[in-house]
Amino acid sequence: MKDEITREERVDNLKGMGCSRKRVEDARFTQGKGNYVDDIKLDGMLFGDFVRSPYAHARVKSINKDTALKVPGVLAVLTADDLRPLGLHWMPTLAGDKQMVLADGKVLFQGQEVAFVVAEDRYAAADGIEAVEVEYEELPVLVNPFEALKSDVVLREDLVAEDGSIPAGAHGPRKHHNHIFTWEAGDKDPTEEVIANAEVVAEESMYYHRTHPCPLETCGCVASMDKVNGKLTLWGTFQAPHAIRTVVSLISGIEEHNIRVVSPDIGGGFGNKVGAYPGYVCSVVASIVTGKPVKWIEDRMDNLMTTAFARDYHMTGKISATKEGKITGLQCHVTADHGGFDACADPTKFPAGFMNICTGSYDIPTAFLEVDGVYTNKAPGGVSYRCSFRVTEAVYFIERMIEVLAIKLNMDAAELRRINFIKKEQFPYKAALGWEYDSGDYHTAWDKALKTVDYDGLRAEQAQRVKDFKAGKTRKLMGIGLSFFTEIVGAGPVKNCDILGLGMFDSCEIRIHPTGSAIARLGTISQGQGHATTFAQILASEIGLPADSITIEEGDTDTAPYGLGTYGSRSTPVAGAATAMAGRKIRAKAQMIAAYLLEVHDNDVEFDVDRFAVKGAPEKFKTMKEIAFAAYNQAIPGLEPGLEAVSYYDPPNMTYPFGAYVCVMDIDVDTGVPEIRRFYALDDCGTRINPMIIEGQVHGGLTEALAVALGQEIAYDDMGNVKTGTLMDFFLPTAWEVPNYETDFTVTPSPHHPIGAKGVGESPHVGGVPCFSNAVQDAFRPFGNTHTNMPHDHWRIWRTANELGLHD
Amino acid sequence: MIPAAFEYYRPKDMDKVLSILEEHGDDARVMAGGHSLIPMMKLRMADVPHLIDLQDVGGMSEIEIGADTIKIGALVTQSDIIDHAALADVAPILREASLQIADPQVRYMGTLGGNIANGDPGNDMPGLMQCLDATFTVVGQDGERAIPARDFYEAAYVTAREDGEVLTAVTIPRPKGGHAYEKQKRKIGDYATAAASVQIVNDGGKCVSAAIAMTNLSDTPVFSKTAGDALVGTSVDDAALKAAVAAMLGDIDPTEDNRGPVAFKNHVAGVILRRAIARAWSRA
Ligand SMILES: Cc1cc2nc3c(=O)[nH]c(=O)nc-3n(C[C@H](O)[C@H](O)[C@H](O)COP(=O)(O)OP(=O)(O)OC[C@H]3O[C@@H](n4cnc5c(N)ncnc54)[C@H](O)[C@@H]3O)c2cc1C
Repeated sequence: MKDEITREERVDNLKGMGCSRKRVEDARFTQGKGNYVDDIKLDGMLFGDFVRSPYAHARVKSINKDTALKVPGVLAVLTADDLRPLGLHWMPTLAGDKQMVLADGKVLFQGQEVAFVVAEDRYAAADGIEAVEVEYEELPVLVNPFEALKSDVVLREDLVAEDGSIPAGAHGPRKHHNHIFTWEAGDKDPTEEVIANAEVVAEESMYYHRTHPCPLETCGCVASMDKVNGKLTLWGTFQAPHAIRTVVSLISGIEEHNIRVVSPDIGGGFGNKVGAYPGYVCSVVASIVTGKPVKWIEDRMDNLMTTAFARDYHMTGKISATKEGKITGLQCHVTADHGGFDACADPTKFPAGFMNICTGSYDIPTAFLEVDGVYTNKAPGGVSYRCSFRVTEAVYFIERMIEVLAIKLNMDAAELRRINFIKKEQFPYKAALGWEYDSGDYHTAWDKALKTVDYDGLRAEQAQRVKDFKAGKTRKLMGIGLSFFTEIVGAGPVKNCDILGLGMFDSCEIRIHPTGSAIARLGTISQGQGHATTFAQILASEIGLPADSITIEEGDTDTAPYGLGTYGSRSTPVAGAATAMAGRKIRAKAQMIAAYLLEVHDNDVEFDVDRFAVKGAPEKFKTMKEIAFAAYNQAIPGLEPGLEAVSYYDPPNMTYPFGAYVCVMDIDVDTGVPEIRRFYALDDCGTRINPMIIEGQVHGGLTEALAVALGQEIAYDDMGNVKTGTLMDFFLPTAWEVPNYETDFTVTPSPHHPIGAKGVGESPHVGGVPCFSNAVQDAFRPFGNTHTNMPHDHWRIWRTANELGLHD
Repeated sequence: MIPAAFEYYRPKDMDKVLSILEEHGDDARVMAGGHSLIPMMKLRMADVPHLIDLQDVGGMSEIEIGADTIKIGALVTQSDIIDHAALADVAPILREASLQIADPQVRYMGTLGGNIANGDPGNDMPGLMQCLDATFTVVGQDGERAIPARDFYEAAYVTAREDGEVLTAVTIPRPKGGHAYEKQKRKIGDYATAAASVQIVNDGGKCVSAAIAMTNLSDTPVFSKTAGDALVGTSVDDAALKAAVAAMLGDIDPTEDNRGPVAFKNHVAGVILRRAIARAWSRA
């Protein structure tokens, strides 16, 4: 048989790996045809919503439902007392703590769920909420974790023994009634010794402020208990639908096969949709009680004030070096504000996530990290907002410490990085705090970045600017922000990564249809990452069927194989690997079918793009399409009919994407307004599956980085009131605030991943935050600034200028 | 974010509007673009059992440019102002300011009348109207009356308009000289950290008149006569700028909020005013 098209065209037709295939999801999203949880409308569906606490810390003396129950359309008001008989007034958190589903005698943060009003529609529910009478007795409020650790005020009476002693928590001994855990990594004494005897030591304290992932779609669910067949269906904004199914089964006692969890289209997650929230539990209970479907959807204020925040780390560091700038040791202490309940979403053994990646991209021989978790009167959470577990905090810490050390050494910060990078030949590199970095080529990336932006030219321009400023010729300073980051993503190896005891593998199941198209189902769930596009590309390259002929389905636990979901950039490293491995199983069977059809031995055929051909006789071949059909219509001796495969992939290691970012900023000293003149981002995420999607992910991650660095925060006043509960005050950048991003790349494939891919969705956020922050800080470096805390909004930048005496 | 139940009216003429207002008193409110009022209702900060939509009432959507004055109907949107070429010719500051209000979506709905009548110190139009020495026409059961913009604002959300009155139009003397509307905000769609409206006349290198008003730096807009006076008779040199800023600072009374503390706001108010005067003067 003669080919009508060239091999190159056959490759193009597949739209496989490396191709900027357009996102298949966009047709429905851009036409308003997505199907989000709030689009789900079922017959007789009710609506539930919360009475929330106006106080940050108070006893709940009484709850009177009578008036509320008289509001037209209101059917029920649930309180902790109603849930107690079911044992559902508290629920387990992902961090080994427990959390009140509804206020059980007291409230611990403003906005806490106090009662759940179930009504015929959301308007009646809102009226019902107004009519519930709650009597509170205010208690002293603790919003500062350092004060909380000294205070006599007990936030969690449930965690203090009758005799007043403090029992150990899920992560070991507790030092104080408001203390949650101490977590250590590395070697304390040797690190202290190295630092004590070092030629140069730089120290800094920094506060990585509390912020929020703020997905455009808030959290919500629809619970529907079918009393006839005993089956509970729960649609919701779940980043980990299978884990939610298991949790619901464990806490409700409903057998897992009778629970179907579905994540429909999700409008962004960024970590906010990993955890389990009282709204889910109450909707399920309300559906069981009423026998009707019950919907709960947060509004924007609920979302910002109550469901999973991010960051809130008070970090103190010491970094030691030789006079020449070779780093010898690093010490980090974190006081972590977890709010009223410890609901951090981290693998079980890592209560501070992967904060122990805080040695960054540098060859640091000794290091020690200690994290103290603390209860305060703030909302619970502590999720990884567009990053792997606490990696943004870790990278911010080290990238600030490098800058602070550069100041101390009076050295260029780019050069200081260069002389401390882990060298290419050192990989796999075992870091002082325990991780084994799989691969990297930092020097190449750094040199490329600095050359592209003309780093030396920028520094010369900056020096001139300082002169002009001092001469009164300009009121604008110029900052050059640098950051070099290494992420740790793709959690993770089952030997050390689990959530609630569930190993963090992931999965893919493929069915090839007779006519040569396919469906693949995964244990992950896209929230905008474009899985339906990219996973089909991985498969196209692996099995030789066009990506356009492959449907990717995720999010329905009745059909998808078990997986731990999507967050921490784990989809491509884990589920993407499972996809490739399942594809290879398909290919292996296809090879046998092809050999049978071509009447040669299995080993005499070889895979070539979209077919198997006889070795040495490429004109003799069977396309994958033909092979697929044969799988269903031929009786092949020794082979079962059909063409299906499933793979559960337990990654041998994490992947370690890295990147080099540079930001050039002009800062108006008088108004505090920063203007981003240039942003260059070089990312190395290993093998690149879809360059266009990578670019989109980088743009999005950088924009969220800009937000966090320049103004986005969840701020509390002394009374524990949230000051930033709406998008007027919570900074969500628009096209207007966002600069043009220049993207670039190098490719250092992961040696242990089947296709060498590393994950990229979160890199730009992780690397972007310190880069924007460093640009602000760098502008003031010539005037004596060593460190100022984020967020760098106008008034705080102005304050820095003011404190440095730059206003007449 | 769910408003309490309300009765919705969409009358076709002003008499009907006024009679519903009379009937329900405090319980009734008119709505123009709804982009200040509806958010307040959703937050349940405004309780409006009877909501009267003005959109079908005629005669309030015109822009008339006369020989000495400009008359703008209360229902003219911020977007209409931006798009009106002739208006931009005779009073370019209206366009410059409108472009700094909210975002395009809000500006399609938000009206001049609503922005003025709202009484929120964050609104940009009130200060601008004071700078331009506008007059507001309101109509009530007792007929029409005119209220100068400079006398209209009493406290946050408290104005000289009676509950039973509706704002129908704004009359502005055709502005003379150079103009500038300078606003510092945290992001698009934000209210001002500080904003300044300046209209200034240059006669042979000397300032012969100057009007200055500031936004979001007190519980009302601040028309600073003393700041304008400090420029008159000068060549708007550095000393005059300093004097104007000092005078303005004596008139404003900012409070701390998420935009920053008082010291910052005072400082920025000074910077913004300086820039506004400089730009207006360069155009005068
Ligand atoms: C996201 C966002 C950002 C914004 N940013 C800005 C900004 O930067 N600067 C700014 O100035 N504004 C801003 N606004 C407000 C916006 O400009 C509003 O549209 C405007 O303040 C009110 O105009 P409206 O026509 O929508 O009035 P409405 O919301 O309909 O009414 C506001 C108030 O005025 C009363 N009212 C309205 N019309 C009349 C009338 N003819 N007679 C008597 N009373 C009347 C109403 O009863 C109500 O009390 C923003 C709004 C939003 C939603």
